Amino acid sequence: MFAYIIRRLIGAVILLFVVSMVTFAIFFLVPRIAGATVEDMASRYVGKTADEAAIHSMAERLGFTDPLYEQYGRFVAGIFAGADYDTGAEVVHCPAPCFGYSFITRNPVWPDLVDRMGVTISLALGAAVIWLAFGVGTGVVSALRRGTFFDRASMGIALAGVSLPIFFTGLLSLTIFSYGLGWTAPGGSYTDFAEDPLQWAGALILPWITLAFLNAAGYARLTRATMLETMNEDFIRTARAKGLNERTVVVKHGLRSVLTPILTIFGLDLGILLGGAVLTESTYSLPGLGKYAVDAIVSNDLPKVLGVTLVGATFIIIANLVVDLLYAVVDPRVRYS
Amino acid sequence: MTDSKEDLLAGDAARPSNRPDEAFLQVRDLKVHFPTDDGIVKSVDGLTFSLDRGKTLGIVGESGSGKSVTSLSIMGLHKQGTANISGQILLDGQDLVTSTPEQVRELRGKRMAMIFQDPLTAMHPYYTIGAQIVEAYRVHHKVSKAVAKKHAVEMLDRVGIPQPDKRVDDYPHQFSGGMRQRAMIAMALSCDPELLIADEPTTALDVTVQAQILDLIVDLQKDFNSAVIIITHDLGVVAELADDIMVMYAGRSVEYGNSHEIFTAPQHPYTWGLLGSMPRLDRERSERLLPIKGTPPSLINVPEGCPFNPRCAFAGLNGDLSTTERPEFREVSPGHHIACHLSGEQRQHLWDTEIKPKL
Repeated sequence: MFAYIIRRLIGAVILLFVVSMVTFAIFFLVPRIAGATVEDMASRYVGKTADEAAIHSMAERLGFTDPLYEQYGRFVAGIFAGADYDTGAEVVHCPAPCFGYSFITRNPVWPDLVDRMGVTISLALGAAVIWLAFGVGTGVVSALRRGTFFDRASMGIALAGVSLPIFFTGLLSLTIFSYGLGWTAPGGSYTDFAEDPLQWAGALILPWITLAFLNAAGYARLTRATMLETMNEDFIRTARAKGLNERTVVVKHGLRSVLTPILTIFGLDLGILLGGAVLTESTYSLPGLGKYAVDAIVSNDLPKVLGVTLVGATFIIIANLVVDLLYAVVDPRVRYS
Repeated sequence: MTDSKEDLLAGDAARPSNRPDEAFLQVRDLKVHFPTDDGIVKSVDGLTFSLDRGKTLGIVGESGSGKSVTSLSIMGLHKQGTANISGQILLDGQDLVTSTPEQVRELRGKRMAMIFQDPLTAMHPYYTIGAQIVEAYRVHHKVSKAVAKKHAVEMLDRVGIPQPDKRVDDYPHQFSGGMRQRAMIAMALSCDPELLIADEPTTALDVTVQAQILDLIVDLQKDFNSAVIIITHDLGVVAELADDIMVMYAGRSVEYGNSHEIFTAPQHPYTWGLLGSMPRLDRERSERLLPIKGTPPSLINVPEGCPFNPRCAFAGLNGDLSTTERPEFREVSPGHHIACHLSGEQRQHLWDTEIKPKL
């Protein structure tokens, strides 16, 4: 088991390197292959009226004139050892882990990422609690009351849930509850949990519910399908034959077996969300990693894009590892060696 | 179809015990019908038998003859609302058909227990063998987990599992097939049930292990003095074990008698067919087995008259009686009942000239 974890961790680090290389290549190598000169690339980061000399000096300062492997090496070295950056006016030390400076705002990327991680984690975890409770709960009840009004209604709603995009349900909920009824905070507001937990929850309640609605729908359908299958298993009949009451049969014997598939998709979903709930954050203007990524891409701020991609990839890789390890906890038949 | 009054009469005549009111388990005119979109599936249609403590009844028949449905009805394990059950199932005088699900649940596991066909799928893969036995014991006994676990170890020891104190913490997948079935038996017997139903207990097992499991059931029955029902399509299984044998066809009993008579002097053409299709090591090898032609009938449209008539080689011997009238289930010799239109002489003649020489 221990050796397995070590092996997976080494694999994770290698994977992160590959992700960083590919991302780096996409933004720094591909434009060059496509024929852009270093000046073309630098011209995005100087004023519109800048002359050629200014553009060239900007290209040099951003390091575009160095060979690509050197640029990449500098980026990686910065993450592990920190780096010194020439911002034009002065040379600033950027402590490890240094993901570089924004080409546009000159702010270091890492503190931004840390800042926004809090928002994204708040959003993702809160929504996860809601969608797990409602999704799995609805799925179980639907399976046990298959064909009833509850089953049909909830599966209908679930179908709507998976079909309706966040930018629709999100905007609709904002229109009604925030701007129409005034029950919740308007879009764009966010308070740190440490500052005021009530306001924190108040600002996140709509995004939570909207995001949870989308995911709960999928979980309800998955839980229902798995539960229906499980309740027809022989071991459920055995449990009944022992004289267990129906509640114990359903919860201890039925639901227990549904855990594995739910764990699988939950790990992946959470990992992806922690890397940035792009649509939800954009719709509600929440300053999280997803919004950060979108803003970075729109403004072509390459260090930000690199940073947010790596953080997102890290979350997904960790989530996958945790899920794989939890399999062994949930299912005694799974053994790692 | 026949009306229920006739069935009841047939049922009364069919009661094999001399002390009908004292038998531990009495099933009277049991009908289990499943309404489906295609029609009513009459899985069990007027079944009557009884069983004393310490006795073993073998129920034999092809797939779909109603064997398992009968056992699940006794255990009350049909899904709520799917089956229409009528008739009487008296367990020590208590009618399980009219009892509430909660009352039947309290009996399940405690006074009646069941062993299933495939012990791998019948045990929960995520819980240890011990935990599953402990659970079965603690449903009906208010004892601590430690006491229940000690009991589980004793039960595992009793069914012949080596190192029971260690194996008790193993998961089902860590057991071999035979050991798993032993554990399953330990679980079923953990509350000392008075009725044990074994639904094809050896079908999923290795042939070499089958005999061991059957021996174990016999041994345990002696110790626990329980009534045992063994359901099987394998006549070899019941040959050794059962005191009485009931042959089922299309949801009804077609022959009932003590084990020795069923094997040495069977009376019903269907039983002849079953015996003919069974490979025997104790006889000279014949050219080939004699399968029963055709397939079991649809339980939605059971053939008119005798349900076996489309497959019966002797259905024409009594004019069109076999296709028009359902044969009564009657006693042909003490304790031996059959449902067949053939007269005693006809059967004796056929058995002597056509059937026995070929077996």
